[in-house]
Amino acid sequence: MSAAGPPRPPHGRPKAGGQFPSGDRPPGGGGAQAPLRGDDTAAPGRTWRRRAPGETLRAWLALAVGAFVAAWSVSALDIEWAFFRDAHVQAADLLVRMWPPRWSYLPAILRPLVETIHIATLGTAAALVLSLPVAFLAARNTTANRATWLVGRAILVLSRSVNTVIWGLVFVAIFGPGPVAGICAVAARSVGFLAKLVAEAIEEVHVGQVEAIAATGARTPQVWAIAILPQVLPVLVGTAVYRWDINVRESSVLGFVGAGGIGLYLYASINQFAWQQVTVILIATSVIVLASEALSAFVRSRIS
Amino acid sequence: MEGGEAPLPGGAGEKRERLRVESLTKVYPTGKRALDGVDFTIREPGVVAVIGSSGAGKSTFIRCVNRLVEPTAGRILLDGVDLVGLDRAGLRAARRRIGMIFQEFNLVERLTVMENVLAGRLGHVGLVDTLRRRFAPADVDAAFDLLERVGLEGFHDRRADALSGGQRQRVGIARALIQRPDLLLVDEPTASLDPRTARQIMRLVRELAVERATPAIVNLHDVALAREFADRVVGFSAGRIVFDDAPVALDDSTLDRIYGGENWHAPPEDDPPSTSSGARPTTLDDAGA
Repeated sequence: MSAAGPPRPPHGRPKAGGQFPSGDRPPGGGGAQAPLRGDDTAAPGRTWRRRAPGETLRAWLALAVGAFVAAWSVSALDIEWAFFRDAHVQAADLLVRMWPPRWSYLPAILRPLVETIHIATLGTAAALVLSLPVAFLAARNTTANRATWLVGRAILVLSRSVNTVIWGLVFVAIFGPGPVAGICAVAARSVGFLAKLVAEAIEEVHVGQVEAIAATGARTPQVWAIAILPQVLPVLVGTAVYRWDINVRESSVLGFVGAGGIGLYLYASINQFAWQQVTVILIATSVIVLASEALSAFVRSRIS
Repeated sequence: MEGGEAPLPGGAGEKRERLRVESLTKVYPTGKRALDGVDFTIREPGVVAVIGSSGAGKSTFIRCVNRLVEPTAGRILLDGVDLVGLDRAGLRAARRRIGMIFQEFNLVERLTVMENVLAGRLGHVGLVDTLRRRFAPADVDAAFDLLERVGLEGFHDRRADALSGGQRQRVGIARALIQRPDLLLVDEPTASLDPRTARQIMRLVRELAVERATPAIVNLHDVALAREFADRVVGFSAGRIVFDDAPVALDDSTLDRIYGGENWHAPPEDDPPSTSSGARPTTLDDAGA
């Protein structure tokens, strides 16, 4: 706060520089403090501010703009404030109805839980395979020309801009309800995610290694396989494992649109107001998501 | 100054031309004229050191020969074939006959020593075999022999990023030589190495070039190394060859011509006299670069 604080009053030492008589050291403070006190004579009145006055003004302006945007959004949304009045009552009521978990329901959801993991795993595996060619297409240094680069980029954008659940709706329409639609939805969303990060890795490979392999007279696919692929492999594997754990989470709601997995059971239990079953599903899903996150983090920490 | 191509010492006029470079010019998109009509011929095996100050065109010259840098004009004839006019397939075939060794070694860091050495044979292997790392038994045999020759026996399963600088450059040398090249391009092979390792590497390059009767063009920024290890020295200045003769002909006035005026008798900045016996190029205690 007091950036321009006044200098400490002088201690009245006869001489700065730490030349105290042996009995004159401050008790308890130890010898380490002595040189600091010796500096008290240094330039009084020096000031320092983290921000220049103009910058401070701009920071306040940014805060004001943020507050205005928030207020505007709230007023535009037509929020029913009356619902807030008894929200805590409703929440408490829901918690009471959710408790205790009906553990007898657990055996019934084990199969869909495993199915959820399978959907995530197969979807990620399919995305892993599909993302490599897309990545080489979308990386500036490996794509053939501007047109192929645009195709690669378009695939990235299309894949990434559509949510997994929306992809689920699309594939349920194509394949009908069930895990196949879920696998396709997960793969469709993950291809863009993986390919984007791998394409960035391809653009950042060590050029010298690529040059050296090209200089041996190798064909372009060989240069990619020998000089580029090993360099981006850690990114590919790490990203895929990371995406797998995201996919475990996302495929747990895919059942809402009929694309298989635990989501279907969650949706049904909510519709039936079977809140004690909902609790069991939420707990089981959390355990699986936590386990997949831990596994993913462990695998990624071992990649070198 | 103009096209200063001196005849080779020893009058090797009748020998066939292994490499002939004619009025090679390179102008970069920035407008910099890196090479300005370079004429250069190699008729016999041996080490040709290319010296010159930074930006004189040494690196551009060597990289134009295998077209890692596309020449703007001129001809590059390797055993009579003009590399400049070649299409992609022709260029690949030509590159298989040209081994290259780099300043930064340029090994694929995450691959093993053996994979890096065998990468020199990629021009003779299909894509599927490349992915499966299936190489001809003779090539694998040659790789083991070369690793032994460069002093890396038993290192074949080490990952390249686990090696020291000197060891990496030895792998780079093995990768270039397993191509059984007709020409070696060596771009500042010692610039990333300590002085002692630099001498070991230069000695190894020289020995192998002589053993295999392969001509080698070696960019060097160290005149002392050029004097000691080259059969012929070519001096570049501002994109032109201003000196081309035996190392003994390098005197202060020629160094002035190549580098510009300088006190050539100032105390040496690096490369003190080697205290090692110098007889064994296979020392493995290279310090990392």
